[in-house]
Amino acid sequence: MRSNRALKWLVGGPPFVFLVVFFLLPALIMVVASLRYPGDFGGLAPLFATRPGEEAGLTVESYQVFFSDWVYLEIFAKSFGVAALTTFVCLVMAYPLAALIARSPKRYRDLMVLLVVLPFASNFLVRVYAWMIMLGPFELLFSRFAVICGMVYVHLPFMILPLYTNLEKHDPTLLDAAQDLGAGAWQRFWRVTFPLSLPGIFSGAALVFIPVLGMFAIPEILGGKDDWIVGNMIKESFLGTRDWPFGSMLSLMLTIAVLAVAGAASWLAARGMRRA
Amino acid sequence: MALLEIRNVTRRFGPLAAVDNVSLSVEAGEFFTLLGPSGCGKTTLLRMIAGFDQPDAGTLLLDGEDMADTPPERRPIHTVFQSYALFPHMTVAQNIAFPLRMAGNAPDEIASKVNGALGLVHLEDKDRHYPHELSGGQKQRVALARSLVNRPRVLLLDEPLGALDAKLREEMQIELIAMQREVGITFVFVTHSQSEALALSSRIAVMNAGRVEQLDEPSRLYGFPRNRFVADFIGKINMLEGEVAAVEGDNVSLRVAGLGEVRCRSAAALRVGARAALALRPEQVRIGAAGEALELPNRYPGKVHDFLYVGDVTTYVVDLPNGQRLQALLPNSSAGRAQFFEAGDAVAAGWPAEAGVVLTD
Repeated sequence: MRSNRALKWLVGGPPFVFLVVFFLLPALIMVVASLRYPGDFGGLAPLFATRPGEEAGLTVESYQVFFSDWVYLEIFAKSFGVAALTTFVCLVMAYPLAALIARSPKRYRDLMVLLVVLPFASNFLVRVYAWMIMLGPFELLFSRFAVICGMVYVHLPFMILPLYTNLEKHDPTLLDAAQDLGAGAWQRFWRVTFPLSLPGIFSGAALVFIPVLGMFAIPEILGGKDDWIVGNMIKESFLGTRDWPFGSMLSLMLTIAVLAVAGAASWLAARGMRRA
Repeated sequence: MALLEIRNVTRRFGPLAAVDNVSLSVEAGEFFTLLGPSGCGKTTLLRMIAGFDQPDAGTLLLDGEDMADTPPERRPIHTVFQSYALFPHMTVAQNIAFPLRMAGNAPDEIASKVNGALGLVHLEDKDRHYPHELSGGQKQRVALARSLVNRPRVLLLDEPLGALDAKLREEMQIELIAMQREVGITFVFVTHSQSEALALSSRIAVMNAGRVEQLDEPSRLYGFPRNRFVADFIGKINMLEGEVAAVEGDNVSLRVAGLGEVRCRSAAALRVGARAALALRPEQVRIGAAGEALELPNRYPGKVHDFLYVGDVTTYVVDLPNGQRLQALLPNSSAGRAQFFEAGDAVAAGWPAEAGVVLTD
C-alpha cells in the first residue's frame, strides 16, 4: 500500500512539477505583470520607484483602458465569431470524413489517418503562404474569407482525429438494432450515431476553437489590417507597442473568456444529455 | 396460411452455401427454434428474416407477402440481439420508447405502453437507469421489452441467453415461455443449446451445414430422430453400428460386431444387408449386478468403466464385450434402485427390443 503510494508520486510527480513551474507560475507572473506599469522601452516598470516621478508599483490602468473603449470588446467578439465559424466549418467537413475512415476496412484506416496528419510534415508558415498563392489570383486574399480558409485548413486534422477515434469505437450492432426497431437512415444518424459522438465533437471543438483564438500568423498573412483578432492584439502589445502589462491583461482576459465558454458548453452539454 | 413462410431460400458466401435450399413455415403464436452447431446457417437465416441480408434464391413471405423489397425498418419483425444492443445514451424508458417514437406514436400513448412493457419484464423501478447500471439479466429484459413494446408480428431472438450464467439462464427460460404466452407473439429463437431448445420450443428445426435435418416437436425429435446427426445432436445417445440381418414385419434384428444379433423394432422399410445403427438413449439401458437375470431380449455382460454422479441421476459408462462403451442413466432415488456400482464392477447391461431407433442415414 505504502509503496503503491510512493510509486504514484514517482510517476505523477515529474509532470506535476513541470506544470507548476512552467504553467502555473508563469500564469501567476502574467497576472502580476498585468497589474504593473510598462517600462520605458518595453518590459515592465520596477515595483519600487528608483527616481522621483517614476511610475512604479501596481496599477489597474491596463484594465481601465480595456473597459473604457468598445474596440477591445469588439475585437474579442470578432475573435470568438471567427473561432466559432472555423469550428463549425471544421466540424461539418470533418464528420463525414471521420465517419468514412471509421467504417473503412481496418487495413486502410491507418493509411487514411496518416494522410490526414501528413500536412504536418511541412512547415506551418509554408502552408499558409501557399494559400496566399492560391487565393491571390482570385482577388480573395486579405479578406475574412481568406482568414477562415486558412484557419479551417490548419485546424481540420484536430477535428478529424478525435471524431474518428470516437466513431471507430461505436458498436455497429446499435445501428442494426435501431434499423430493426423502425429507424430510417436519418433517424439512425440523428438518434444514435450523433449523440454517441458528442464527446468526440466536444474534444475536437476544443482543439480547434481555443488555438484559433490565439492564432496571429494566419490573420496577419491572409487577412487585411481590419481582420485582427485577439492573438494579433496580444502579439502587437508585446512586440509592437511594447506595452507588456496591456498584453498580459489581454492574455488573461482571453483565458477567462475561454474558460467561461468551455464552462458554458459543458453545462449545456450536461443539460442536453439529461433532456435527451 | 402460415404467418412466416420460407421457400427454397439459399444464401451463398463465396463457394459456401450458408443456407442451402431451406423451406419451412412458422405458424402464428408459435415458439419456433432454429437449432444447430455454430456455422450451420441459423444466424444467416435469422438475418434474412430480419431483412439485414437478402437470399440469393428463394422467397420469404410474411402473411403471404413477399418481403424482398421491404427494408428491415419497415418489417413488423423485431430482433433481440445476442449483445442486447441497448442504446447506451438512453435510459431504460427511452430505450423501450424508441420503436414507439419511430412509429410516430403520441407522447401519452408512448408513456403508457412503456409502463406496460416495464411491468411485463418486472423493471418498473429501473425506468430512469442507464444500461451500464443494469445487470446482464436486467439488460436482457430491457432488450425484450424494447422489441415487444410495439407488438411485432414476429420476434427474432439470436442466442439471447448465451451471455447469462446457468442459473439465470434457467430463470429466463421459464420467463420467456410465460412472456410468449402472455403476449401471444410468434417467437423465432436461435440457439446452439439443445437443452434450451427442448425446454422452450413448440417446434424445432435442427440445422446442419445450411440444411434443415429435421423439423419436429421437441419430444418427437428426442424420441424419433430421423438420422445420425439429429440423434447425436439432441441429447445423449449410444450408437450401435451394424447391418440388418433379418426383417419380420416390425421386428428387426441387427448384426453388430462382437454382440451378435441385436433385436429391435422399426416401422421403416429396411433392406437385409443394409448398414444401419441402433440409436439408444442412456435412460433406455438398464444395468444390474453381474449374476442378475435381466429379463430382456438384448443382454450382455459388461464392466463399469466409469460413472458420473450428478445428484438426481448417475450415468454409468459400461464396457461391452465388443469394446464399445455404452452409457446408462439411472435415477438415484427412485423406488427399486437396488444398487450403486463402482468403476471396475462386473455388471449386466440390457435393453428391450422396443427401445431405441434404427437409423440408416
